[in-house]
Amino acid sequence: MEDTIVILGGGPAGMEAALSLAGRGHKVYIVEKTGSLGGHLSRWDRLFPQQEPAQDILEELLNGIRKADDKIEVIYNAQVQSVKRRMRGLEVMLSNQQLLLVDALLVCCGFELFRAERKEEYGYGIYENVLTSADLEDRFKNRKVLCSDGRVPERVAFVHCVGSRDEKVDHTYCSKVCCVTAVKQACEIKELYPQTEVFNLYMDLRMFDRYFEQMYHKAQSQYGVHFVRGRLSEVSETADGKLQIKTEDTLLGRPMKLTVDMLVLMTGMQACAQTGELSEKLDIKVSPSDHFFETKDLFLKGNYAHAKGVFLAGACTGPKSLPDTLQDARSAAESIHRYLTD
Amino acid sequence: MKDFGFGIKKSNVIDLDKTDWTFLREIAAEEPSFLHCFFCGTCTATCSAGKYTGFNLRRLQLLIRRGQFDEVAERVSECMLCGKCQWVCPKGVNTRHVVTLINKKLHARKIR
Repeated sequence: MEDTIVILGGGPAGMEAALSLAGRGHKVYIVEKTGSLGGHLSRWDRLFPQQEPAQDILEELLNGIRKADDKIEVIYNAQVQSVKRRMRGLEVMLSNQQLLLVDALLVCCGFELFRAERKEEYGYGIYENVLTSADLEDRFKNRKVLCSDGRVPERVAFVHCVGSRDEKVDHTYCSKVCCVTAVKQACEIKELYPQTEVFNLYMDLRMFDRYFEQMYHKAQSQYGVHFVRGRLSEVSETADGKLQIKTEDTLLGRPMKLTVDMLVLMTGMQACAQTGELSEKLDIKVSPSDHFFETKDLFLKGNYAHAKGVFLAGACTGPKSLPDTLQDARSAAESIHRYLTD
Repeated sequence: MKDFGFGIKKSNVIDLDKTDWTFLREIAAEEPSFLHCFFCGTCTATCSAGKYTGFNLRRLQLLIRRGQFDEVAERVSECMLCGKCQWVCPKGVNTRHVVTLINKKLHARKIR
């Protein structure tokens, strides 16, 4: 008898895990709360570290799902309403009143972007030329990044760690991918508008993964991006509609100010809104320190939740890059397969 | 008149709106490795001149990026060009060439 698995969330983690499980002969349901698959990936233009079009990766995943339609069924616009434990497996009632009897459940509900409005001093939603990194990706898709009055920006500043490493918003953790995204986007601005001066305001530059340090090197040497170690204190609008920002150049130990035409806030990742509710329904743990789901351990049980038959993958267990998310999804599929065949 | 000791202090704020980057770009054009510095401070830690004077090559490289040429001019002559910094630099910056270029450009601009 084939085993059945339900995956909550149709982002990259959910899709990749579904493909891995289907490839092992299991029946998979993907429950997606919106009307389409792809999650945050569908919003991105190009991906670090080598500028691959996000659309290509998404298409490949979607093609895989289409081809495996005998094994994978996607249920759109639905969420989990309730979960009951049975002798073996789980009984999952969805918001569309569909009942699924499954042998295992995989949570891939991902992350949400930090709402930049919460850092009021950074002016998002107040000044028109303050954007988030996600807003900028939308503009890169059209190959046009213009100020609100239609001009090409002469000066653009990127602010790292917005909503990350910040006790004021209860996010004390690092979101991992914003540093490298800021470097990527800084280079993309220079590619688009070589005359524009670009500034990156960082606390630490965390270029941890393969090729990241090379990107940083290229940003400095090839594109002449200005790096300033200092955290933005506040933004205000000048009389001529530009943005004046203040920071400390902590490497010189002196206060610094500059005026820019556009400010890009590198918003971090936070646990998705359903985390608390899902943890109660599934009887699994959430970390009190960062509010993401907790796994059984960080080594050999990195995809096991604290309840039998429930597994976790992707950014719902903490900030992850796309390659990390996809690997985590494959690893979760392997864990589930072992659990089912044991 | 009695001198009460009041005066006007020069601002300590670095104003990047008034920064002249031609200096930085001229040096980078002649010595591209100048742009590779990531301000680790290894050069300064090993610097013989720095033990006895205020010479700090990491700071100097940064001051040029921030357009603070007066402080650069004040300090650059303290370098003895021994080249130890070049041996230890993890980014391969040709530090001696950078220092000689700084001197040359300062002279050309009559800052020194």
